[in-house]
Amino acid sequence: MGLSSKDLTGLKDLSPEDIGLILETAAGFKDVLGRDIKKVPALRGKTTVTLFYEPSTRTRTSFELAAKRLSTDVINISVSTSSVVKGETLIDTARNVEALGADFIIVRHSSSGIAQFLAKKLKASVINAGDGTNEHPTQALLDLFTIQEKKGRLNGLKVAIVGDILHSRVAKSNIYGLTRLGAEVRLIGPPTLVPGCLKDLGVRIFYDMDKGLQGADIVMMLRIQTERQGKGFFPSAEEYFRNWGLTTARLAAADPDALVMHPGPMNRGVEIASDVADGGRSVILEQVTNGLAVRMAVLYLLSGTKQ
Amino acid sequence: MPKVLLDKKDIERAITRMSHEIIEKNKGVTSLFLIGIQRGGVHIANRLAARLRDIEGSSIPVGTLDIALYRDDINVRKEQPVVRRTQVPGEISGQKVVLVDDVLFTGRSIRAAMDAVMDLGRPSAIQLAVLVDRGHRELPVKADFVGKNIPTSRDETVTVQLAEDGSEDRVVLEWA
Amino acid sequence: MTILIKNAELTDPSQKMDGLCSILIEDGKIKEITSERSAGKGQKTREKQPQELTVIDAEGRPVIPGLVDMHVHLREPGFEYKETIRTGTEAAVRGGITTVCCMPNTRPVIDNASITSFILSKAAQEGSCSVYPIGAITKGQKGEELAELSILHEAGCIAFSDDGRPVMDSLLMRRALEYSKILEVPLISHCEDLALAAGGVMNEGLTSVMLGLRGIPPQAEEIIVARDIALAELTGARLHIAHVSTAGSVGIIRAAKKRGITDITAETCPHYFHITEEAARDYNTFAKVNPPLRTRKDIEAIREGLQDGTIDVIATDHAPHHLDEKSGDFDSAPSGISGLETSLGLSMKLVDDGVLDMAGLVGKMALTPARILGLFSKNKKGSLKPGFDADLVILDTASEYTVDPALFRSKGVNTPFEGWKLRARAAITLSNGRIHTWT
Repeated sequence: MGLSSKDLTGLKDLSPEDIGLILETAAGFKDVLGRDIKKVPALRGKTTVTLFYEPSTRTRTSFELAAKRLSTDVINISVSTSSVVKGETLIDTARNVEALGADFIIVRHSSSGIAQFLAKKLKASVINAGDGTNEHPTQALLDLFTIQEKKGRLNGLKVAIVGDILHSRVAKSNIYGLTRLGAEVRLIGPPTLVPGCLKDLGVRIFYDMDKGLQGADIVMMLRIQTERQGKGFFPSAEEYFRNWGLTTARLAAADPDALVMHPGPMNRGVEIASDVADGGRSVILEQVTNGLAVRMAVLYLLSGTKQ
Repeated sequence: MPKVLLDKKDIERAITRMSHEIIEKNKGVTSLFLIGIQRGGVHIANRLAARLRDIEGSSIPVGTLDIALYRDDINVRKEQPVVRRTQVPGEISGQKVVLVDDVLFTGRSIRAAMDAVMDLGRPSAIQLAVLVDRGHRELPVKADFVGKNIPTSRDETVTVQLAEDGSEDRVVLEWA
Repeated sequence: MTILIKNAELTDPSQKMDGLCSILIEDGKIKEITSERSAGKGQKTREKQPQELTVIDAEGRPVIPGLVDMHVHLREPGFEYKETIRTGTEAAVRGGITTVCCMPNTRPVIDNASITSFILSKAAQEGSCSVYPIGAITKGQKGEELAELSILHEAGCIAFSDDGRPVMDSLLMRRALEYSKILEVPLISHCEDLALAAGGVMNEGLTSVMLGLRGIPPQAEEIIVARDIALAELTGARLHIAHVSTAGSVGIIRAAKKRGITDITAETCPHYFHITEEAARDYNTFAKVNPPLRTRKDIEAIREGLQDGTIDVIATDHAPHHLDEKSGDFDSAPSGISGLETSLGLSMKLVDDGVLDMAGLVGKMALTPARILGLFSKNKKGSLKPGFDADLVILDTASEYTVDPALFRSKGVNTPFEGWKLRARAAITLSNGRIHTWT
């Protein structure tokens, strides 16, 4: 057993078998996270480097903790402390990190395709922690894991993804993963942020949120970047919330057992009302816990890929 | 042709005898906790627990333990070990844990299992029950309860096949 | 010096020839072309000047006029690390191109007489072929103020363009078109609505969405194509539309020509009739070009446009870049393809595919661009008629070869065509009577 690639750059080209293996392995790691001693010796002696060109607290912390719980040594490099400011190119920085003995390089960058670019050039395992508007595979995997855990399956579930699909790497990775595992994916949002061509991937598109939420088993909200409102994608946060914000009243259209998810950080009152975010159907905090298990599983499995 | 070392009846008898030995050594089943090592030990642990309940009339907790993350050969094996569930219902601190495996060979799995158990809590004692002890120890490990001692050569393989996995109960010896 | 090319299978759309010919060249000019059947004349010539005569036996191979590439970035001055006049013209003759028209986005921009003179003198000293600069429409290519078009023209600029950038201000474009009429030269328009293109880096569609790359819709090109045609109609000026990449643009240009607006011409480039946005799938920066590679449907429309005469010219838009600049992420890589050394082979595929016949192809790559730019009448380019410059190519079409950028004369190895199998290339190129061969 093992993954078919040394890297995890996205779900676009990940087979259902590989996705299944990651989710299964993550279940084993979730057991570990439930104990008093949450650390295992599996990857003792390995080195993990997080290379973040975009500010991030949650994702970096989650990866760092996952790596530490597998007993790897972790070094965090962020754009403000690295030599990037001195004009060193990305590939030079990455090669330096590799020369220091990094086994795992976890990269986040504002430019799409960076993870794939580094994966091709480096022998170390590259894990994409978000590249531009392309993919954020571990977020989607933890979403899949959470759904699977709560609903017992993915196949045939109606999953509504609501918000800025165009700029969301989380949405992209989820679309690839969910469709590959047989879920019915619906995309909901303003036409300026939901590219119509995604229909070709076998998803349904709704601009009317109430229609899109009908009978949904999962409601996955995306973070709306408020800086988009000046660019004409939508007129104002208020108008956005009126049309596509998740409220208790809106949620009534979904299945009575529908789960509410959000990758964080949330804009309360912009894409989601507080009472929904904190309500009984919200699994938002469990997503965070599951993120650790999934990231441990990814690190563990990549360490076993034959090269 | 694989050689059958133990058949269904032999296995049943071994389980029964081991159960009696466990009761005898521990003077009953109070504070006992059976933990089957993934994957081969899980079914044996369940069978021992059932027999112990038949004999003593009270049920004892049974858990499963995955040792993949504690193996010492994680970087040298050709195939990466699969991570399976570890499910230990209840507290093991202060309990007498009986680790259960199907075949005892080099002793390395048992070393890993003891480390894994220690990360779960602090048992008052750890004992070891195996259906087959085939020798060739590489670590100072000795089983407390053995179904059958079978001398083997290193290049032979001992496989325990059980009804729970859809085959007939038997232990077979194969040559590499 | 006198050169005699024997047994040439000549294709020259400016004159009718049957069978194999002999081409006699004297002092860098075509002296005479004779059919091999009327063998007498050539024989006489040879007898006349036996010592100085260089005889090249074309052995029945195709011979065509040297190609005229009206869209090249030579990068000098300012970006010599990408390309120089020397390397760019070496690459040109290797690719069968003997006339290079260079775009003004150098540093400084070709918006004054001294830069124009610099390029012309550098080309005269170091160039392997003829070079004609294209001046900027606006000062600094900033799209704000008209450049001194007549001074530039006097200095040697043969057309005007802000290539790489459009003139977004419609009034300024109108003025430029009007003013250019005094010079009787075309304005070459890079058609891109910058606001609509919105910083895109590839064609807009499912591929761009899936790659997470900002897309440029075809309409960003088509809107400006339509606008500039309208302005050409308004002003009666000569307009040449650069690098047509979309089916929509082909349709707009076709309709305009049909309507009788005859002073517009258009060009496309080999990458727009061979490869699609799919070439950028793996974030291949060598497939990043502006306008971006489009779709199968656009390729078909462009081929139809070439066939029915909607598109007049095949140019390269040769845009060499340093490997370091192309060796990073897709977003920050500069746009452009190094095209001088693949254009001929790639375009000959149109003949293989039945899109154009040999004469049609030579028309689009030599005669027509020379006519559009006035090089045919004034500078004797684009034809092998007696009195014209001795610019010609003897083609090797016998053996297939593989495109290998490591063998390029250009400094730019940025080609998405690496590994392509092509049939045609220059065996011998003559530029102004100078013989170029390669081993």
